[in-house]
Amino acid sequence: MSCTCHDNDPLMPQIAVIEDVRVDTHDVTTFKIVNPDGGKPFEFMPGQCAMISAPPIGEAIFSITSSPTEEGYIECSIKRCGNVTDYLHQLEEGSEIGIRGPYGNNFPVEELKGKDLLFIAGGIGLAPLRSVINYVMANRKDYGKVDIVYGARTPEDLVHPKDIFEVWPKKDDTKVHLTVDREVDTWEGHVGFVPSYVGELAFDTNKVALVCGPPIMIKYTLQSLEEIGFKKDQVYTTLELKMKCGFGKCGRCNIGDKYVCKDGPVFRCDEITELPDEY
Amino acid sequence: MKKISKDKLPQLWQKISGDFDLFLPIEKDKTLNFSIWEDGEKVNLKKLRTNLPLKNIVFPQTETYLKFKSEGKKLSLKSVAAKGDNYVVFGARPCDIASFKLLDNIFLREPVDTYYKAHRDKGTIISLGCSDPEETCFCGSFGIEPGSAPKDADIALWDTGSELLWKSQSEKGEALTSSVIDLLEDAGEGHEEKLKEIQNEIKEKTEELPFSKIDPSKIEGTQQEIFDKEEMWKELSERCLACGTCSYVCPTCHCYDVKDYDGGKNGERFRCWDSCMSSDFTLMAHGNPRTSQMQRVRQRFMHKLVYYPKNHDGVYSCVGCGRCVDKCPVHLDIVKVIKKLGGEK
Repeated sequence: MSCTCHDNDPLMPQIAVIEDVRVDTHDVTTFKIVNPDGGKPFEFMPGQCAMISAPPIGEAIFSITSSPTEEGYIECSIKRCGNVTDYLHQLEEGSEIGIRGPYGNNFPVEELKGKDLLFIAGGIGLAPLRSVINYVMANRKDYGKVDIVYGARTPEDLVHPKDIFEVWPKKDDTKVHLTVDREVDTWEGHVGFVPSYVGELAFDTNKVALVCGPPIMIKYTLQSLEEIGFKKDQVYTTLELKMKCGFGKCGRCNIGDKYVCKDGPVFRCDEITELPDEY
Repeated sequence: MKKISKDKLPQLWQKISGDFDLFLPIEKDKTLNFSIWEDGEKVNLKKLRTNLPLKNIVFPQTETYLKFKSEGKKLSLKSVAAKGDNYVVFGARPCDIASFKLLDNIFLREPVDTYYKAHRDKGTIISLGCSDPEETCFCGSFGIEPGSAPKDADIALWDTGSELLWKSQSEKGEALTSSVIDLLEDAGEGHEEKLKEIQNEIKEKTEELPFSKIDPSKIEGTQQEIFDKEEMWKELSERCLACGTCSYVCPTCHCYDVKDYDGGKNGERFRCWDSCMSSDFTLMAHGNPRTSQMQRVRQRFMHKLVYYPKNHDGVYSCVGCGRCVDKCPVHLDIVKVIKKLGGEK
């Protein structure tokens, strides 16, 4: 029996359309998502997430990679690594999906005003940070100097090549520091893991760092930052855990007394040290 | 206060079941469970504990909430109404009723789970005082009084032997009471003394139970300190089979999974009970933050005894119903954990 009594249930997705599909790397594709009649499926802030439905395969949660300052659409950069993402990667322009959100808290873009910012990303971890970076670029005068450290396994794994090679380096007071894990003929830039590169770059500590990447990269990067003098309350990161509902009921993303979906995904690192080490 | 003679119960149930789905503790294949009553069912109001808690009524084990249809690039989604008519639960025990409050804290906080709410709103709950507590009961450890009228019961009953004392406590309770008023009598003179006597008897019995000294408030240490007792968690969890029975029978376990049923072009999305005891509960594409059974066992008990209370004014996510004590095939239950953590008077 169909009804309308649960149309506003938080588990109910809305229909959205994939307006554009952009292949970033061999396993990462960026989907531009709009309402069926145009426009953003919902408003959000940098760092928040969207639950994307691909019936009959299922749902999975993704960070939003576009900036809220972009009018009329949201973008998610999705790495092919499981059932839902495999399915999404087969979809073409014009395909309809389900979407719900936004979920979670956001990077504190108001508090960050006037500060110098250091973005550190590994692999697909650039996806959520790109939302903040482009938010900062759209409000460039409100923020101080920007450094972006970004690394991936190989040059071919660097996502958003246009942004990192062409757009961001040309912005005022913005430096992009790229690295890849292993030496290859096609790469003339820095070689080495992100955490050690952060140490080598020896940034002054009068800034706020925003970090995202695989858990292991986050852990070592936090160590590097501490070694060069950053305090835990100067560093933000965004966590990823299995999620089913997205609003603190299904219990999957519970660590300590927090639910990553609603109390996170963005945490200041002094908050993270109070959590059991299960992320 | 009213009362009803036990002889008249079948008539009462007949009457109620004309207007509602009537859930009663019914014995089938030697197993006692709340299920929908029909004439001739074997009702057992004497035995205290049903196999499963009342959770299934407000949070069904499997619940379809969405139908989808895809044709080419087009997708359509339709919500599905929560199943079930207005219902009455007759003979609910105070521990199971207390568990509703704990589930409410999760499902009724914003954003409200409209399915859970629909099930909750459809119910009229009739409690029954626990004249014969089981050896494995320990609701007193969580401040539940098995002889008192639970605050959230619409009608409270006590067994006097040949009759049930009947106390209506809410608008829903009043409505039901007046619809069956012909079968009820005034409780009459001396009923207050009688009720006190019953309640004192229940109190005495509960105080003598083997687990009456269990007191989670005596657990010492911070969240991190309790989490860090790795040796203790390891020893406790070594025997865990990860069968998930504890979560299945637990009135307060509320974790769920969301799955799609693929029926070709049409399909359904449902949610179903899940358990943090299973290894893929936290499995993601990039790995699993809880790779050992020790971590998973620790999560379940930390959640009930530390995390949930921290988020809900010190209220534990356990009602002492004793089902896990009764059902765990390797006797790894919350009583053992509370004891290990020093939670005894």
